[in-house]
Amino acid sequence: MNGPDSERAWPMYRALVGVGMACGLLIAIVFAGTRPAIEQNRAEALERAVFAVLPGAERRVTLILTADGRVTPDVEAPGERFDAAFDADGNLIGAAIEASGMGYADTITLLYGYSPASETITGFRVLASRETPGLGDKIEKDPAFLANFEALDVSLDETGMSLRNAIETVKPRAKSEPWQIDGITGATISSDAVGEILTRSTARWVPLIVENRDEIAARGRDEAR
Amino acid sequence: MKPVETTSPTDEFVKGLWRENPVFVQVLGMCPVLAVSNTAINALAMGLATTFVMCMSNTLVAVLRHAIPRQVRIATYILIIATFVTVVDYTIEAISLDLHRALGAFISLIVVNCLILGRAEAFASRHGAGIAMLDGLGMGAGFTLALVCLGGVRELLGSGSLFGVAVLPAGFEPWIVMILPGGGFFTLAAWLLLINYLKQRRQADAEPVREALQ
Repeated sequence: MNGPDSERAWPMYRALVGVGMACGLLIAIVFAGTRPAIEQNRAEALERAVFAVLPGAERRVTLILTADGRVTPDVEAPGERFDAAFDADGNLIGAAIEASGMGYADTITLLYGYSPASETITGFRVLASRETPGLGDKIEKDPAFLANFEALDVSLDETGMSLRNAIETVKPRAKSEPWQIDGITGATISSDAVGEILTRSTARWVPLIVENRDEIAARGRDEAR
Repeated sequence: MKPVETTSPTDEFVKGLWRENPVFVQVLGMCPVLAVSNTAINALAMGLATTFVMCMSNTLVAVLRHAIPRQVRIATYILIIATFVTVVDYTIEAISLDLHRALGAFISLIVVNCLILGRAEAFASRHGAGIAMLDGLGMGAGFTLALVCLGGVRELLGSGSLFGVAVLPAGFEPWIVMILPGGGFFTLAAWLLLINYLKQRRQADAEPVREALQ
């Protein structure tokens, strides 16, 4: 580059690189400053959801289900996370499991509680969804719909490997069996999707939780000590 | 846009509220206006976030206006705007996860709000830092006002509440269309109609006076 050209280019470099570096520094400072609060918010939101889907729970332990079907408290281990919840004395209340699937607009992510003692789903919360406001988002708000999940039967058959009855979403107010979900008028796809997501997730998770029940319960006693 | 000669600092602030209101007069930044005005609280949060970004970027652009060569000015402005948007994004997430979820992708999209780049290019790059900050504050206040006007009407008719508090009787059947995207267009059209009607009437009132003076 010859003299006059580089002289003209210098102010441009100065402006772009200088502003870029100052902006990068500012972002780094704000990121570091807000990170603890953001992580705390996320942990609190998850904790609220875990306690909401497992009534009676007072403490929780995050566990990992490894690829070979074992449960480990080592959260760094490769595998899928779930939360086990216990009462004040360290007795196992149940497990809170995340599940997701396609809704009407986009993926719906749920957290549901499973109680091994009653072999039921004890509640669910929507963690993320983009369902239509006023219609599809009734899956989060409609009290009649949410009442379906206070004790939704997911008991295992004799083999202990699969559910005795698959969860089924039926027409509004047509529920006659404990494994059925009353759908929502105007939110058919969204309410079907919730049933679908739970069916798929429980079919895989429930046998594994039941199999590892003693191991999970032991974590609660450790915690209470 | 026609540059308006203004002198007093108060005027720089007030012009954004009414005479050059970014939404009702300039019809700028329609993407967040239509998308995030389904409730009054979302509208208010979006308005405040935009105001902060505009205020800070206007000030910084005005401070650096002599150091930025013409050829790279747009790139530099975008860099500055994007930085403050990222700051706002992190801050909102730290304050409330629920609010962050409700505003979703639209916080990041403040970067491409033509209103902010427009003010940096048309105003802040030609004025001092103090005046540019006031301009950003005024335009932001006007933007927030307009968003809340839309969000208030949409929430009232669409959910029967205002700022999350139920105000209409329980028997009221919510107009679901108002919280869907279509409701945004209807409400914006109604507000533009009202404001243009008021303006025309005011002009018509002023006409005989001007004639009498000539």
